[in-house]
Amino acid sequence: MPEPLAPTPGQTVGPFFGFGLPYERGHELVPPATADSVRLHGTVYDGDGGPVPDALLELRQAAPDGTVPRVEGSLRRDGTVFTGWGRAATDPGGRYSFTTVAPGPTGPGSAAFFALVVFARGLLGRLFTRAYLPGAATDSDPFLATLTDDERTTLLVEPDADGLRFDVHLQGPRETVFVTFPGRRAR
Amino acid sequence: MPPDLEPQSVISDEITRLHAEARPGDPQPRLGFTAYRSSRLRYPTKDPRHADPEEVELAAPVFGHSDVDPLEADLTIQDGGTPVGERTVVTGRILDGDGRPVDHQLVEIWQANAAGRYVHMGDQHPAALDPHFTGVGRCLTDADGWYRFTTIKPGPYPWRNHRNAWRPAHIHFSLFGTEFTQRLITQMYFPGDPLFAFDPIYQSITDQSARDRLVATYDHDVSQHEWATGYRWDVVLTGSCATPMEDDDA
Repeated sequence: MPEPLAPTPGQTVGPFFGFGLPYERGHELVPPATADSVRLHGTVYDGDGGPVPDALLELRQAAPDGTVPRVEGSLRRDGTVFTGWGRAATDPGGRYSFTTVAPGPTGPGSAAFFALVVFARGLLGRLFTRAYLPGAATDSDPFLATLTDDERTTLLVEPDADGLRFDVHLQGPRETVFVTFPGRRAR
Repeated sequence: MPPDLEPQSVISDEITRLHAEARPGDPQPRLGFTAYRSSRLRYPTKDPRHADPEEVELAAPVFGHSDVDPLEADLTIQDGGTPVGERTVVTGRILDGDGRPVDHQLVEIWQANAAGRYVHMGDQHPAALDPHFTGVGRCLTDADGWYRFTTIKPGPYPWRNHRNAWRPAHIHFSLFGTEFTQRLITQMYFPGDPLFAFDPIYQSITDQSARDRLVATYDHDVSQHEWATGYRWDVVLTGSCATPMEDDDA
């Protein structure tokens, strides 16, 4: 088998992505008035516990029935098509939110999660993570089983009055568990 | 400039030290490359955990003609007049690690204008804004993975990482592969930039050949007669399937 091509390196998203990447209703995977909509929200923190006001999160998820949408329409949402992808920048308080629906598990024995990728000024590459819905399935999920209790806690969304809360700690004692995938060098 | 900014020599010495400590051949930036001062509290100190990608991570979001107008690929015609600066075409192919084209996929760019100024209220660089240039573009790759933008060559600009800090001229690129695991945001540079050696963001990629992969090539066949200069820059997005160790049935 031929050698794989060398990957293009990442670079920080920088401070000025705000006029280039966020777009209208990017964070609304479903219209807010949708009956079963939920708000996935949280704060991005730095290693001192301070908010990160210039981060960008992207969300990829399955539909409630566990199917993964492969349809266009995320950039100009028509209010009916569920594309399973969204983008949200943090506000001056480091907060982000998505309006969406709860994903279903995509396979037997695995817990349902939102796949997230995080970018920020000061962050030199992408960070992937998973925001798991709480429930019995998290006890048997093969990936979560590899984590300590403290590590697992960083990946579980917490239901609150505003919806589902998932904070991201880029660094520090509550540092979020970030994931890498086979074929990518650990870093 | 505030007097407490460190001199370039401190940053350059730190770049040299961090390069000496680096793993040879590391293809990605070192997240804790602290010569880039803003990184200090923003990089994970623990190694990422290996996960078998699940179906949702193996499926990139899909974009199509309902998402992107073909006119968005020309940044020189967006505001009813001709922007100032060197008109240039930037084109190339998006491939996966096995050399397969990433077809019909979204490419987004944003950049400073010819004077080195961004259309962003946070940019306080006292250089001219251009009423005819926003510096934002989008396109879809074609069936063979080609993207193409017509834009203005951006200028370098100062920033406050340290005293007399200047970013090499660059275009920000946002890229999607065929998997969510291939999602990449990076910066494309222009060949021969004298600022490369001084820039801690570019130098955060500690391997020279990896750094070179962010530098476009001047391509005379892309240049257009009496119209635009041309640059070629290809992108390789690797994800979970980009290794010979991967099972064939993955």
